[in-house]
Amino acid sequence: MDRFLFLTLDGLSRGAVYAAFALALVLIWRAGRIVNFAQGAMAVAAAYVAYSVTAATGSYWLGFAAALLAGLLLGAIVDVAVMRLVDHRSPLNPVIVALGLVLLIQAVLGMVYGNEYLPAQTPFSRTALTVGGTAVLSPYDLFVFATVGVVGAALVWVFTRTAIGLRMRAAAFAPEVSRLLGVNVGGMLTLGWALASGVGALAAMLVIPTGLGLHPHAMDLVFVSAFTAAVLGGLDSPPGAVVGGLGVGLLLSYVSGYAGGDLIPLAVLALLLTVLLLRPGGLFAPVTARRV
Amino acid sequence: MSATRATAPPSRAAAVDPARPGRSLPTLVRHLAVAAGVALLVLLASYQLDSFRNFQLATVAAYLCATAGLTVLTGLCGQLSLGHGALMATGAYTLALAQNALADGGRTAGGWLVVSLVVAVLATVVVGAVVGVAAARLRGPYLAGLTLAVAVVVPALTVTFDGVFNGEQGLAVPVAPAPAGLGSYFPHERWQLWVAAAATLSCLVLLANLVRSRYGRAFRAVRDDEVAARLAGIHVARTQVVAFVVSAASAGLGGALLAVLAQSVSPGAFGLTLSLFLLMAVVIGGLGRLAGAAWGAVLLVALPDLTHSLTNLFTLSPAAAQRLEGNLPLAIFGATLIVVMIAAPGGVQGLLSRLTRALRARWPVGRS
Repeated sequence: MDRFLFLTLDGLSRGAVYAAFALALVLIWRAGRIVNFAQGAMAVAAAYVAYSVTAATGSYWLGFAAALLAGLLLGAIVDVAVMRLVDHRSPLNPVIVALGLVLLIQAVLGMVYGNEYLPAQTPFSRTALTVGGTAVLSPYDLFVFATVGVVGAALVWVFTRTAIGLRMRAAAFAPEVSRLLGVNVGGMLTLGWALASGVGALAAMLVIPTGLGLHPHAMDLVFVSAFTAAVLGGLDSPPGAVVGGLGVGLLLSYVSGYAGGDLIPLAVLALLLTVLLLRPGGLFAPVTARRV
Repeated sequence: MSATRATAPPSRAAAVDPARPGRSLPTLVRHLAVAAGVALLVLLASYQLDSFRNFQLATVAAYLCATAGLTVLTGLCGQLSLGHGALMATGAYTLALAQNALADGGRTAGGWLVVSLVVAVLATVVVGAVVGVAAARLRGPYLAGLTLAVAVVVPALTVTFDGVFNGEQGLAVPVAPAPAGLGSYFPHERWQLWVAAAATLSCLVLLANLVRSRYGRAFRAVRDDEVAARLAGIHVARTQVVAFVVSAASAGLGGALLAVLAQSVSPGAFGLTLSLFLLMAVVIGGLGRLAGAAWGAVLLVALPDLTHSLTNLFTLSPAAAQRLEGNLPLAIFGATLIVVMIAAPGGVQGLLSRLTRALRARWPVGRS
């Protein structure tokens, strides 16, 4: 029972990060109908920036801030310099271009930093606190929950309570009408990319220390898991992404705890396949009219 | 619009395209003639080139199977697959297991390789059918995500079932040497090239015929407009599964050939990067054209070689040289992929056919 409790809490902590990353995917999907397959590579790039800044200044928090900033910037650059130029008539094109970005970013990181695992710092201890003899959460897990919670709340606030959030939703929902009403649709799209990439960078900063360390491919499996989470919740739904992320985190924690860590990719594939075949619109999909 | 083309009766008269004089031969004869010509060229080249170039050409042939299969799927049928590296791995591992089983049974003669290749293709067809049935219900990014998960799973599978696949080390592939009838000094690489080229050319002739057949037209109709295709009487899901299975079979053959060439298989060779490479090769070569797949396969072998010679020009510290050598081809691939998608979506083959059309318009020679 202790083990079950530990795995549940560990899974929730893992799931919080997947939720954040899935949220980043959902943000771009809602803004531009693109699944950003380069999200993982972009987030790793931001984490490498944090590594360099922390190595230069000795401060984890300066590195953390640098990663978020780098994430925001990278998102905006990718949208303006690459995605804006792609012919979006075929849905394959943005996906292929994003995969090109994956190759490019990972190769550049490999050239600059090398293809070895670099140690990633944590600001708080990862040893679990014990309550009444039972190992529960570590201070780092609490930090993860708090950060993801704050970011989630901030996103909700931006999108529902501010003028800029309203403009972003309008630009995604009805671009032509919004443009007529004076909304800078292109700028809103770029802002969406920047926000999503910033959230992705945050997720990378949180998840990389819990794995093997910093590596150009460190986010590959996280990306697949987060994509599964986003699909599980329905690509269109931010609350769905959070629920999906927590669900995937729990499942993977149980699989690695009871069956072995090697099986995690298989479990992700099985879950993704099941969801796509049974409820391709996700758990929270509204009933849609079938377009023949 | 393509849907109407797809429903046109495949009469002999339709094979004579008035815009393309001199192409009135039956499709099969034309493809066989081209294949025989290429086979002759490869045969001559195998005697002219040194062992290393022979081996490289054989590797191009192995990749060509996979890229040709992928271009049929992505370019003609409009389904994006990031899992073709995994399908190649299926072919390669099946071939390794089959060859080892045959060797254990004392069947080491070269002819048994054909049996192993067929078994490898059949195993990949089964895997491809399973993925394809799921894929037929999915569109765009969903399909890409699912096949991406398939690609990520391969290394995990080989480690989990390391009793069969021997984990990270992989398996050795016993391959019989060249037949004694060719002489005792016959280079092994030349024999490898012959085997790979023979398998690849048969695969390409089959694919080329498929592309020009009723199925090929159905693929294009489904790609252009699913609703129109369905109205024209095409079973969309079945067509997509067929495309995936055909594509998987080609990828399996390519993977099996790679295993024969390397005489070993290991999960490191079949990671996500291989899948991305294949896609990149197909896009840069020109989506949907078999000639484009050939350009892509050549690029896959030539570009790492070129960057290797490029890095040798500069004097670098060993560590920096190692970093550059592994990653520079990837960076060039990635950047080229982005530029091609933005600037020339037709790829190399698209540019070439535009060029020839422009030349023909200027000098109308050879038009009867």
